[in-house]
Amino acid sequence: MLELENVWKSYRVGSLGSKRLTAVRDVSFTIAPGEVLSVVGESGSGKTTIGKMVLQLISVSKGTIRLNGQDITAARHAQRKEYYRRVQGVFQDPFSSYNPIFKADRVLETVRESFFPGTSRSEWGDKVERTLLSVGLDPTAVRGKYPHQLSGGQLQRMLIARALLLDIEVLVADEIISMLDASTRIDVLNLLGDLKERGLGVLFVTHDLSLANYISERVIIMRHGAVVEMGATGKVFGDPRHPYSRNLLASVPQLHRKWADAPDELEELEPDGDRELAPPALTQVDEDHWAAAGS
Amino acid sequence: MTTSVTPDADVIGKRSEHLYFALRNPKVVIGLTIVIGLLLLGVIGPFFLNNDPNEYIGPKSEGPSGDFWLGTTYFGQDVFSQFVHGLRSSYLVGGLGAVIAFAIGLSVGFTAGYRGGIVDELLNMLTNVVLVLPALAVLIVISSYLEVRGVVSQGIIIGLFSWPWVARAVRAQSFTLRNRDYVDLAKLTGKRAPQIIIKEIMPNMASYLLMSVILLFGGAILFAAMLDFIGLGPTNAVSLGTMMQQSMAWSALHLGLWWWFVPPGVAITAIVGSLYITNVGLDEVFNPKLREM
Repeated sequence: MLELENVWKSYRVGSLGSKRLTAVRDVSFTIAPGEVLSVVGESGSGKTTIGKMVLQLISVSKGTIRLNGQDITAARHAQRKEYYRRVQGVFQDPFSSYNPIFKADRVLETVRESFFPGTSRSEWGDKVERTLLSVGLDPTAVRGKYPHQLSGGQLQRMLIARALLLDIEVLVADEIISMLDASTRIDVLNLLGDLKERGLGVLFVTHDLSLANYISERVIIMRHGAVVEMGATGKVFGDPRHPYSRNLLASVPQLHRKWADAPDELEELEPDGDRELAPPALTQVDEDHWAAAGS
Repeated sequence: MTTSVTPDADVIGKRSEHLYFALRNPKVVIGLTIVIGLLLLGVIGPFFLNNDPNEYIGPKSEGPSGDFWLGTTYFGQDVFSQFVHGLRSSYLVGGLGAVIAFAIGLSVGFTAGYRGGIVDELLNMLTNVVLVLPALAVLIVISSYLEVRGVVSQGIIIGLFSWPWVARAVRAQSFTLRNRDYVDLAKLTGKRAPQIIIKEIMPNMASYLLMSVILLFGGAILFAAMLDFIGLGPTNAVSLGTMMQQSMAWSALHLGLWWWFVPPGVAITAIVGSLYITNVGLDEVFNPKLREM
């Protein structure tokens, strides 16, 4: 459904754009309907950049992104708006996603303004109510409130509701639960599971391996802007082939272990090289399991 | 998950809250009363005084009386009539200068701050050039080339030279605000850049924008008075500045004609001073930390 093919992103930095910083290098993957694809990696590995490129908030330097076979990287405003009917995003910080001086449900109203100008208010009100209920929110409790009067979990769910008001096929969820507290996390996470059941494709950007393991069918591990390992979640986490993946899995804190216990020996990794060069190619090591060369 | 019950006071909303505090802030009330009072005098006054302010109608150099409330000039012109007309031109210059400077500053600032990159660097360069231009010298040169100097042309010239501070501040603010997630969310809703700037970014800096208009207004009035006083004021109208210039030119101070130069001076000081007081008061309104209540 959503397909990324050899996508690169480099930023111009410095005065008059004299330097280049490559954030994403040669990334290709697909998301199928009803599938959660997790992108994990350390800070600066380019995972958020991928999410923003899928949402077309930043342009693609090289490569193409296709939705149902249609290239969307060259889309003009009107086409892009149509694209946003089918692909939506939710961001990390619920409090920054709402304009603090307006009421929170304005994000729902702007969807009507932009995408459903012909819908009558009562009809729209019903639709909003149904959608809010479907994400587990009590409409009377959240409508007409300012963002600071609602909790982070409520705000994130309202953003998911906003996306669901459109007939979306893909949801980009960029660290949507990392700023929620533990008790609300699981609710939002299970909501993502529901969406999956409804046939949505979810691009789940996270740095938390246990979340990725919990929710996703397939996982992509990124480092220095390139994919080092990808494949079915069970295979990647059960049998990590790349040294970075092994280190990442070894460094997850576990409930039954204390810091004082002898830590696992981490493997030596290649340092960050010239990012302009193509990253090591992925080789298939098993069915639906690829790892970068050098592993 | 259930929601917490919120107190009703929170529901009032920020706008009415600001109005509530503004109307109860003595600085804002006093400042606005003076500014609006003088404005009304300038706007309504001339309709009741249907004589030309430069007409020689009375006895020469006479003090304030029932016929001539603020006395007459060395040539027998009615000072009160001049004063009322002068107020009108001063507000016109202030308003025009403020609107023009605000419009340019806002466009340049938002374009530079929102677009960023090379556009920002070019606009920023332009802003800095205008900023370091010695505005007074340029205004003197321009003013002296204009054959007929009117109140409007003076306002336009002042407006064209006082926008850089607004542009710089707006640019800096947009830089931070454009990276907020709600701007991205507006993009995902299919909004275009101008809509995002007006509907998402501008409301967040409304207080700053209001205050900058006030400061630009006061600044323009002061600048106009300065130009008038050095003889570059309007040639076809009376303004507070030209009144002072005329009174100095005809030695009103030495002749003891205090009613000729005191009113315009007091009025300029009162207008500009009140604007600044209003500004300080509004600062308290918008910034809850400064509220005394």
